[in-house]
Amino acid sequence: MIEVKNVSKGFGEKQILKNVSHRFEKGKVNLIIGGSGSGKTVLVKCMVGLFEVDSGRIEYDGRNFSEMNFKERKPIRQEIGMLFQGSALFDSMTVEQNVMFPLTMLSDLSQQEKTDRVNFCLQRVNLPSSHKLFPAEISGGMKKRVAIARAIAMNPKYLFCDEPNSGLDPKTSIVIDELIMEITEEFQMTTIINTHDMNSVITMGDNILFIHKGEKWWSGNEQEILKSGNPEVDEFIFASKIMQHLRK
Amino acid sequence: MKIFFHLGRYWLFMASLFGKPEKFSIYRRRVLEEMESIGVSSLGIVSLISVFMGAVITIQTVYNLVNPLVPLYVVGLVARDTMIIEFSPTIIMLVLAGKVGSSIASEIGTMRVTEQIDALEIMGINSSGYLVFPKMIAAIFIAPFLVLISMFVGIAGGWVAGELSGVIPSTDYIKGIQYQFLPFNVTFAMIKTVVFAYLITSISSYQGFYTDGGALEVGQSSTRAVVYSSVLILIFDYIITQLILI
Repeated sequence: MIEVKNVSKGFGEKQILKNVSHRFEKGKVNLIIGGSGSGKTVLVKCMVGLFEVDSGRIEYDGRNFSEMNFKERKPIRQEIGMLFQGSALFDSMTVEQNVMFPLTMLSDLSQQEKTDRVNFCLQRVNLPSSHKLFPAEISGGMKKRVAIARAIAMNPKYLFCDEPNSGLDPKTSIVIDELIMEITEEFQMTTIINTHDMNSVITMGDNILFIHKGEKWWSGNEQEILKSGNPEVDEFIFASKIMQHLRK
Repeated sequence: MKIFFHLGRYWLFMASLFGKPEKFSIYRRRVLEEMESIGVSSLGIVSLISVFMGAVITIQTVYNLVNPLVPLYVVGLVARDTMIIEFSPTIIMLVLAGKVGSSIASEIGTMRVTEQIDALEIMGINSSGYLVFPKMIAAIFIAPFLVLISMFVGIAGGWVAGELSGVIPSTDYIKGIQYQFLPFNVTFAMIKTVVFAYLITSISSYQGFYTDGGALEVGQSSTRAVVYSSVLILIFDYIITQLILI
């Protein structure tokens, strides 16, 4: 479980996050949604330590991450897996080397154990025969799956996904969503997804946080969000014609 | 005021390189890979430039040597000392600032804008140490060898040019390159080379590491890396020369 308590963050004069508090549950897919520029990505980056918070605290199962230094954060960071919007695979490494990278750098496993783990992770994301390909040689959907395999290689407790469906066709998006849901349940991770994708919101929003103008505006689950009665949430959820049609 | 911001951030960046490596074996392998990338792959261009520099120095010295009282072997001496003291360490390192500096800045800059550096940091890896430290060590070790090769090839190029054009007999040229040879000049050149190698890798890595934006900014970082490295090489060339030779 991850708890965000009264987190504020600004850049210069501009205040991006204002006193955001929320609890992200273990074994659930937690979604952070909101319009562009609402502060979702900044919140996620604060949570993983890429940005420092101005005030407030971020707790990983009671451990105050925001007050730790680089060295103290290391054990928690090794419990975090992250799927980036652009996959962030290392261009100079093959698929196998990408997935093996955290194991090589951070674990004391033997070569055979690392190979077994890589094979398991790649099979888990349905990529059993792409070991020797480079990121430039695979499709966007495959890159996302390799990035998921790399993210779960260290058996993380916490999985962060930054817009996992961006740039993917609807069918591949569903495959990625299903994969994230399955591994969250299978490994009992605390999964946090920053998304714009309405399909994701409706199909896997166990715990949804809606951010508006840097503030926590609304929270609930996928059933509640459709009838929240909150004008800003409705404007966001029912922006597309399909959603408007569904609403009718 | 911006210069103080960059100076402060540069020193913090340098300090961050010296954290304890996650795995020494990985760093050792990366140093060897970088030596190949920075050193071996630059051997061709270094040799080509050096041979022509030596040839041109020889012919121009002969052309300017109008006093019949000055012995012809002075041409060999001038070619030797010019290559050893100035041309090999400074010009070759300026060339490397263009070749290696832009490559380092664009590689690290691209990793920054495609979130590969963020991925390293989230894993708990010291990204600057992992990416930059091996490049710096590799450059500091391999650049002196490149410069030594450049000295040798440049002086040989002068001899070949003198022989082919017939402006100086081999015996005179060889006598010149042996005449009053000061081994300290090579040491001096090595000191300059090590400082320049550090400047090129640290400045280029800094520019790449703090790239913010997209492809355009990666290009701008790469350009800045080359310009700043070159300017600082020239400034430090003057400082080191004054400190050591005078």
